[in-house]
Amino acid sequence: MQFSESIFAARFGITRQDLENYLGEALSQGGDYADLYFEYQVTSAIGIDESMVKSAAQGVSMGVGVRVISGERTGYAYSDDLAPEKIRKAANVAAHIAAAPAKVEKFDLNEGHKHNLYPVLMAPTETAFSERVELVKRADRAARAYDSRIFQVQAVYADNLRQVLVATSEGRLSVDRQPLARLSVSALARQAGGPPQRGHAGGGGRMDLDYFLKEKTPEHFAHEAAREAIAMLDAVEAPAGEMTVVLGPGWPGILLHEAVGHGLEADFNRKGVSAFSGRMGQKVASELCTVVDDGTIGNRRGSLNVDDEGQPTRRNVLIENGVLRGYLQDKLSCTLLKAESTGSGRRESYAHIPMPRMTNTFMMAGESDPEEIIRSVPKGLYCVNFGGGQVDITSGNFVFSASESYFIEDGKLTRAVRNATLIGNGPEALKYVSMVGNDLRLDEGIGTCGKEGQSVPVGVGIPTVKIDKLTVGGTA
Amino acid sequence: MSANHLSELAQDIVKRALAAGASDAECTIAEGEEFSANVRMRELENLKEAGSRGAGLRILIGRHTGASYTSDLSDDGVAHLVKSAIELADITTEDPHAGLPDPDEFGTLEGDLGMYSDEVAELDTAFKIETAKRAEEAALSSDPRISNSEGASFDNHVGRHIFANSRGFAGEYRSSYCTLSTSPVARDGESMERDYWYTLARGFSGLEAAEHVGRMAARRALRRLNAVKVETQKVPVVFEPRTARSLLDNIFEAVHGMNVYREESFLAGKLGEKVASDGVTVIDDGTLPGLFGTSPFDDEGVASRRTVVIERGVLKSYLMNTYAARKLGMKTTSNASRGLTGNAGIGHGNFFLEKGVQTPEQIIAAIPNGFYVTELMGFGVNVVTGDYSRGAAGLWIRNGELAFAVSEVTIAGNLNDMLRGIEAIGSDLEFRGSVAAPTIKMGEMTVGGK
Repeated sequence: MQFSESIFAARFGITRQDLENYLGEALSQGGDYADLYFEYQVTSAIGIDESMVKSAAQGVSMGVGVRVISGERTGYAYSDDLAPEKIRKAANVAAHIAAAPAKVEKFDLNEGHKHNLYPVLMAPTETAFSERVELVKRADRAARAYDSRIFQVQAVYADNLRQVLVATSEGRLSVDRQPLARLSVSALARQAGGPPQRGHAGGGGRMDLDYFLKEKTPEHFAHEAAREAIAMLDAVEAPAGEMTVVLGPGWPGILLHEAVGHGLEADFNRKGVSAFSGRMGQKVASELCTVVDDGTIGNRRGSLNVDDEGQPTRRNVLIENGVLRGYLQDKLSCTLLKAESTGSGRRESYAHIPMPRMTNTFMMAGESDPEEIIRSVPKGLYCVNFGGGQVDITSGNFVFSASESYFIEDGKLTRAVRNATLIGNGPEALKYVSMVGNDLRLDEGIGTCGKEGQSVPVGVGIPTVKIDKLTVGGTA
Repeated sequence: MSANHLSELAQDIVKRALAAGASDAECTIAEGEEFSANVRMRELENLKEAGSRGAGLRILIGRHTGASYTSDLSDDGVAHLVKSAIELADITTEDPHAGLPDPDEFGTLEGDLGMYSDEVAELDTAFKIETAKRAEEAALSSDPRISNSEGASFDNHVGRHIFANSRGFAGEYRSSYCTLSTSPVARDGESMERDYWYTLARGFSGLEAAEHVGRMAARRALRRLNAVKVETQKVPVVFEPRTARSLLDNIFEAVHGMNVYREESFLAGKLGEKVASDGVTVIDDGTLPGLFGTSPFDDEGVASRRTVVIERGVLKSYLMNTYAARKLGMKTTSNASRGLTGNAGIGHGNFFLEKGVQTPEQIIAAIPNGFYVTELMGFGVNVVTGDYSRGAAGLWIRNGELAFAVSEVTIAGNLNDMLRGIEAIGSDLEFRGSVAAPTIKMGEMTVGGK
């Protein structure tokens, strides 16, 4: 899509000259750099509970954020009204951060290279509601039919279509149309006398609605949620203390997101407040570990044609054979650290200042057969499903919550294990990775990452991995 | 837009929805202005200032619902808003429990609830930046081991909230707050730790002094240095007020009416039963002037009130909106909560644990070997089963004193047992937000470490 075809030009009548004028206004008090971020987002959500479609909502939000950078300072203002006088007012507010003679600049706006990672002709948001509502109804029926012990099912389908325009004082002009859809299912199971147990599954990405009809159907997610709930009915209490942990493939890649990903975001490292600060080139993981953040994988939830500062996304190697290789950069950190862009500047919306963020973070496949990995463990824990995670950037300590695990006893999976938090230290934990499977899998597209109050969609992935020592926080 | 204009707009949107075929409608309009200044290492880093507003609509056609929102309050924007909500009623299911509150339930608290202070909007930018700098400086200069900082920030917000429905309810209120926080980094050899402190008030005069905020943050970061991982063991665990508050969050989820009717809570079906130890009384009160969970009416137009949730260990009430109350055969407790749109969810007013008699020092002094938790991490609480397992950091209690820093451990138990196992509650109840708890001592939990 070109600027002239974007909603901002076509519907709101914004011209290149307008953009240049606004940038001029933003830099009217001086400053090194300015950018404009226009966003027009349509969202919808449909929810089923007790086999009734109880909620359906749709909405529109739009606005423009104006940023001015002067040295290490950032001025930011936004408007949810795209009228020229409102945008100029925001530009003037943001301009106050700078206090130097204005430099005369001409912003020769040019549309640069960008990917075409989600060539979706009709975004799910643009399809008929009658089609989308079927997804939650099918999920509800399938989860209930899976097993008679399932007694509650909730499913939520949500999508959005975000159209963005970024114009910078360096002359970059980027437009993008970013579809996103997700289906989530949660099921509760109970058997005679016992307490209920919950299972959860979901997924999606930047694809058209066909994806839910042909590839990952509502039945797929419903069965997965129901299976987990049923599996947990016979689960025993989690153990406590240090032990060997094997992570299953896919979503358990959240380990990487928490243990290393956040700690490698350049803002923390520029300020020297990350446990990874000053460790570039050092060994921070076993040599079996190569960790990549890749925003260029087609149709993935964490992928973007351009980041929220208008830079094309990239494949960035963070850790190569155990050695720390790179940070994730946004515009500000690139300038201050004199580093190359990694296409990692992201923001939740026009009302937010961009920061370095992850896209799709995963570990490259190794050579071990996953079954052989489990056979190699005399006593340990095999974790296949997780809830959320969190990290303390400065100490490097991270946690993530295993919602479905199994004991490994004499190389075999035995009893299911209930909720347990796993805790470790970022620069240390991956040194204990002793086997990496050949079965790299990306998650199904359900992750949302929070940082300093801003949420963005992300992906993770990992092959089956054996960690010789990690603390498991159970009660037994 | 003036207050009158927005209130008229909300009522107009309701009328337009009825004209378009809705049998009932509810409209929320929110307008706000935000300001944020961040300083780091004594220099201004970010300055952000903006205003925004939006409208949300929920309609019923019979017992079918639909909802929409927009940030475009132009005539076209409103027309689209109405059309969007109406068309969704086609795809929702007839739900016998859907609907607005009963007519006799609408109401609003009278009098000044202390939610708004004129002084917030009038604060000078330079003064706010200076205040943040003073907080950071107090942290940086308090100890040579405070060598770095994630900065300090001063934020404020003023807003207006309007709600109108087709049963004749129309209400609005203004609110304001300002907050000052700082997050210093302490370093000693290889050990690096960060912590923070903050103060929050409806008006500037309610804030703690900037120097106090800085010194508290520094003290907290310093005491975390050179933390060790302890052996796995079962010991008494003391939650300081900041972490105790998260237990109140867990209790809130468990008495949340939606979770209760779905049996998605370990407290479902336990009304009238003993669920916690004798000293535990938990209150939800949306009427306390000046506090953050206070409002004249909830997001369905029902007057805010005080609800005793747990009284001396006995579960007395769930927290409900109209929908959850109808599902449970009860009455709303005025806990409806929503953003701009959608069916009302459930929120709390000021949700707190009543204070006990012992000081935190007395509680700690009685413990020969235990864990004082100052930080919790992660999401390992399952409100369905009560299973509790979270990452933790804090200080080890040895012979009644805080002896050394501990990190990279977990604490685990089950909320059913934990609530019954509360052995002491501190006298140090303080509101720093809408959820509050004093120091809490649990008889025994599993600490997972080496």
